[in-house]
Amino acid sequence: MSKVIKRYRVFLVVLVLLGIVFLVDRELGRLAFQNAGYTIKEMLLIIPPIFVLLGLLDVWIPRETMVRFMGEGSGAKGVLLAFLLGSAAAGPLYGAFPVASVFMRKGVKFSNILVFLGAWSTTKIPMFLFELESLGPRFALTRLAINIPGILIIAWTLAALVPKNTIDDIYRKNLEMNNN
Amino acid sequence: MSTIVLYGVTAILLAFSFFKDRKKTLQALRKAFKALENILPEFLVVILLVGLLLALMDPAFISRLIGVDSGILGMVVALLVGSITLIPGFIAFPTAAMLLQGGAGYMQIGAFISTLMMVGVVTIPVEKKYFGLKLTVLRNSFAFVFSIVVALVIGLAMGEL
Repeated sequence: MSKVIKRYRVFLVVLVLLGIVFLVDRELGRLAFQNAGYTIKEMLLIIPPIFVLLGLLDVWIPRETMVRFMGEGSGAKGVLLAFLLGSAAAGPLYGAFPVASVFMRKGVKFSNILVFLGAWSTTKIPMFLFELESLGPRFALTRLAINIPGILIIAWTLAALVPKNTIDDIYRKNLEMNNN
Repeated sequence: MSTIVLYGVTAILLAFSFFKDRKKTLQALRKAFKALENILPEFLVVILLVGLLLALMDPAFISRLIGVDSGILGMVVALLVGSITLIPGFIAFPTAAMLLQGGAGYMQIGAFISTLMMVGVVTIPVEKKYFGLKLTVLRNSFAFVFSIVVALVIGLAMGEL
C-alpha cells in the first residue's frame, strides 16, 4: 500500500496544488481540471492501442529480427525504417517514449531510436497534412525540408556526444523495467 | 481518422495473434498492461500540469503574447511558449493560423510550432523515466536550438528576413 502511495506521491502533490489553485481562483481551477479531463479522454483513446501493439511486438518479434533491421550495422535501412515508423505514428510525443523503451530492449541502435523520436515529434503524416491545410504549402514544405536533415543531425550528434556507458545504463534500466 | 486506423490495425493484429497462439497473446496483453501501469503515475502528473498550463495559456492569451511584438523578441517568446506548452495538433494549427491573421509573422509561428512539437518541458517526468535526466535535458536543448534554425529558415523562405 505504502509502495503505491510512494509511486503516486508526485501526482498527489500536484493534485493538492491544483486543489489550492481551485480554492484561490475558481475559474482557473475549473478550467485546469476540465482540460485535464479532456487530456485523459484523449489519452484513453490513443494510449491503450499503442501499448497493446507494443505487447504484441514484444512477444512476436524476436530480438534478432529487430537487431537485423534496426540494430548496429543495419545501416541506411535502419535509419529509413526508424523515420517511417515515427512518421506513421499517431498520438502525442509522450506516447513515443514507451515505444522507444521496447526498441531498446529489442536491441535497436541508439541513434535510430533518436531518429524515431524525432520523426514522431515532428514529421507525423496526419499532422503534416493538417499543417499543409492550416498554414499553407510553402510553410509546411519548408519545415519538412529542414526537419528531415535536422532530425538526423540531432540524432547522430546526440548519439556521438553521450558517453557509451551512459547509453548502456539507459538500455539496462529499460531492460529491467520491461522484465518485471 | 488516424485513431480509427490505429484501432483497426491493433484489432487485426490482435485477432491474428489470438488465432496463432492464445498463450502468447495473453502474455502480450499482460505485458501491455504492466508497461502502462508502470508509467501511469508520470502520465497522470503530466496530464494535471497540461491541464493547468492550457488553462493559463488559452489561444487568446497566446495570441496576446506572440501576436503583438514581431521580430526577434516575438520569436523568443514564441520559442518559450511552444517549449512549455503541450497542445494537440488539431488545436495548435488553427491557433497558429489565427495568430497569423492577427499579425504574427511566419518566423514566430515557425518557432512556436517547432518547439511545440519537439520540445516538451511538461513531459519531462515521462521522458526522464525512460531516458534518464541527462539525455532528456540534452535532447530537449538540441530540439530547442534546432527550432531557432527552423524559425530563421522559415523567415527566409517566407521573405521576412
